[in-house]
Amino acid sequence: MSTSLSGSGPAQQAPGRGPVRRGLPRTSRTARNHAPITATGLAVKVVLLGLVAGIAIWAAFPLVAAEHWVGLGILAATTAGLGYLYLGRRHIPAKYLVPGTIFLIAFQVFPVLYTASTAFTNFGDGHRGSKDDAIVAIQTSSVKQVPGSAQYSLSIATQGDPTTGALVFLLGDPKTKEVFAGDAGGLRRLDPGQVESSSLTGKVTAADGYTVLNIGQASVRSKEITDLVVPTAGGAIRSNGLTRAYEGRAVRAYDAGCDCVKDSETGRTWTADAQAGAFVAADGERLTQGWKVNVGLQNFSRVLTDDTISGPFLGTLVWNFAFAIASTGGTFLLGMLIALALHSPRMRGSNLYRVLLILPYAMPSFAMLLVWRDLFNTDFGLVNNLFGLGVDWFGGSWTARFAVILVQLWLGYPYMFLVTTGALQAIPRELTEATSVDGASPWQSFRAVTLPLLLVALSPLLISSFAYNFNNFNAIYLTTEGAPFPADNPTNGATDLLITYTYRLAFGAQGAEFGFAAAISLLIFTIVAVVSAVSFRRTRKQEEVYS
Amino acid sequence: MRIRTAGVVAVLGLALAASGCGGSDSDKPAAKESAKAAGGKLVIWADDKRAAALKPFADEFGKENGVTVEVQAVSKDLQTNFVTASQQGSGPDVVVGAHDWIGNMVQNGAIDPVQLAAEQKSAFNETAIKAVTFNGQLYGVPYATENVALLRNTALAPEAPKTIEELVQTGKKLKAQKKVQEILCLQAGQNGDAYHVYPLYASGGGYLFGTTANGDYDPKDLGVGKPESIAAFQKIAKLGEKGDGALKRSITGENSIATFTGKKCAFLVSGPWAVADAKKANIAYDISPVPGFAGGKEAAPFVGVQAFYVAAKGKNKALAQEFVTNYVTKPELAVALYRAEPRPPALTAAFDQVKSEDPDLAKWLEAGKNGQVLPAIPAMAAIWDPFGKAEAAVIGGADPAKTITAAGKTIAGQIK
Repeated sequence: MSTSLSGSGPAQQAPGRGPVRRGLPRTSRTARNHAPITATGLAVKVVLLGLVAGIAIWAAFPLVAAEHWVGLGILAATTAGLGYLYLGRRHIPAKYLVPGTIFLIAFQVFPVLYTASTAFTNFGDGHRGSKDDAIVAIQTSSVKQVPGSAQYSLSIATQGDPTTGALVFLLGDPKTKEVFAGDAGGLRRLDPGQVESSSLTGKVTAADGYTVLNIGQASVRSKEITDLVVPTAGGAIRSNGLTRAYEGRAVRAYDAGCDCVKDSETGRTWTADAQAGAFVAADGERLTQGWKVNVGLQNFSRVLTDDTISGPFLGTLVWNFAFAIASTGGTFLLGMLIALALHSPRMRGSNLYRVLLILPYAMPSFAMLLVWRDLFNTDFGLVNNLFGLGVDWFGGSWTARFAVILVQLWLGYPYMFLVTTGALQAIPRELTEATSVDGASPWQSFRAVTLPLLLVALSPLLISSFAYNFNNFNAIYLTTEGAPFPADNPTNGATDLLITYTYRLAFGAQGAEFGFAAAISLLIFTIVAVVSAVSFRRTRKQEEVYS
Repeated sequence: MRIRTAGVVAVLGLALAASGCGGSDSDKPAAKESAKAAGGKLVIWADDKRAAALKPFADEFGKENGVTVEVQAVSKDLQTNFVTASQQGSGPDVVVGAHDWIGNMVQNGAIDPVQLAAEQKSAFNETAIKAVTFNGQLYGVPYATENVALLRNTALAPEAPKTIEELVQTGKKLKAQKKVQEILCLQAGQNGDAYHVYPLYASGGGYLFGTTANGDYDPKDLGVGKPESIAAFQKIAKLGEKGDGALKRSITGENSIATFTGKKCAFLVSGPWAVADAKKANIAYDISPVPGFAGGKEAAPFVGVQAFYVAAKGKNKALAQEFVTNYVTKPELAVALYRAEPRPPALTAAFDQVKSEDPDLAKWLEAGKNGQVLPAIPAMAAIWDPFGKAEAAVIGGADPAKTITAAGKTIAGQIK
């Protein structure tokens, strides 16, 4: 359809603009009329659009509940746009481009933007929520039982209907056998004649004018029960579960006037520090619960100025490149050699060999990495036992580096073998035969014909393989975990890649620091993006030469 | 053509309506179910083993009280998943886990303190209550304790060694007789293992954190890097690869128990979780405290506690408190959890009940008598990695003074 359109386009454009305008819709209409509209096509279209609409409705409810009006607007606009696009008959190119674009935005662009925005915050353990969350957490975690106060048995009751009536705590004091009714208004003593209670625990089982709820009924109203606080002189009576209550007092309270938290027992105050996202006392002591704030470029400047981070950074970067190049190049060379050997028409039983060679690729790499780690064990490992060696593989910098590259080679060559075999079969044998007629040696013909043609097909795969290995977290983390570490620096090991190094810095100690991790991820992203961009540019030049 | 478009729109409308119905359909059964049970729902998160053990008791609690109880097994990274989910409001009401998570869960506002009456508290092992106390508040209800001890193959080593030197001597003799391959199975690995080596570190005189006046760990008084810690690591270095060869980096968490049950070493430093394997391998074993250095302090293992916590952002907090403070404190549940995995129960009554049927229990408790509660302060997270790596380096022959000073500096830099 598109070829007939573009084919007729230039021919009609020749007479001038006017006729084209009138002419084009007609051609496109005739083209469309030729396009068969099948029942299956229509059904698929209806189902897919129905799904889109269904998903939109499903996603709308939580957005409305959370009052995310911007998100709802984007959702509505996207859905309406999709409906307009696919119900209408125009915008043919857009129909092809839009689904991919939406997926690109959702799964590539959005995560990158989200990472970038996180990099400017202190988001991490101890700084996950908002300031209000932190204040609530500080206050609730400071509630203490009033010293010497009674432990009450608790029955939850209502006045009227069990599901909607106003809640009342019926409290029994096990020592004095007194019974109280308590609600937000305070405590009232109940006449012993009006209540029935268990003689064992003092728990009220029935009371005049109240409906006592069982645990099942009460548990439905959990939130109201937790929120109900009965004020007393010394503090407040709170529920502790559904059968007991205690008199407690929040020792720490937030004061909006001074934007600080005060401790009524010790008299200390912690003032909110908007830069750090924490309540800080005059002597520098922080409350454990903090909140998320914007810290500007602090995460980036920490990467550059902290000696323990920036010191080993360059060395790690160099090894990271070496690892990625050796992994990609080594697997490519090995895979290509085997593929060439099996490609030779003189080779017998090549299919059997091919099946055997692909086996490592068929095994889950997670498990294989762990197996290899144990194979390299100094005393118990197969490698040392088999060859009668006593090498401390993961103990020395170079042996550890050699070992991880060896493992990569084993894991990665079947993939390269597969793709090279495919690419080789696409190169016509006449070309190599022609070179041999011209008197070229096999090596010369490989150098001058086969390899360049192979590289045209495989370069994009090699670049993506390089980018993957550059961030090959599992290859290191499941084998050496970055070891060996120099005695004086436990944060950066000889086999650490930037990504494992980052992981240790951001999640290894003191809990997760997502903001900091995001900042380093952006730096790594920049490095990989630059390398990939340069490589793709060079590949394009190569393609221009050979095709 | 117009008819066709109209048809498409009509069918689409139908599909829309159907998807709308689908949405309300999924709501209806839930509503019906809760009407039948007439109660709220309690969601509990635990790891695989404990989830299976908890299930029958959770069901019983649900039936007794007319509520729905859901036990969900989270097999990996339970703490991280819990903190993240609870931040988003999709977390459980109750979570089960180790007590050293408390510091991190509190700083993220993920759990609430629990209020136990004095007589409830006194029913527990004192160490267990101390472990779940953080910043002066009780944050969880403990149900089991655990610590490492020395397991020995009594066929190879009939006598429990009194000092580590004695152990090394016996081990070397057995090795010379070709009866074993290794002197001691104490897992270290390439990157060390602070938890398992800690008894020796404590025996050598080292400490991690000093204590404040009220007995809490004080993150400002860091013991790693101090002269005592260097002295302790000098003793550990003598046991290392360049010394006696009793501590080796090739012995890892994956192979230490297997090497012991394979009769390739006579001594194993491990916890109650190793017993099941030893029994399966039909090894005649005995449990004794980890021996210390001759003339040194007593070897103090870390004591860890498994506990139930009430989520701060749970949907049914009242029911969660009811379950944790009034139901978990019953001995029957503690006994059932013990049967799922043999760790000494934290409830004294439950412990007494199972003591008679398992002679090992008293020995584990004895081995943990001198133990120190694993610090739950968030600063502890900064210790594990650098401390372990320093241990591995020292075992491999690095200079203890230089290594430990560097480790201390790294840790201090990470404690905010």
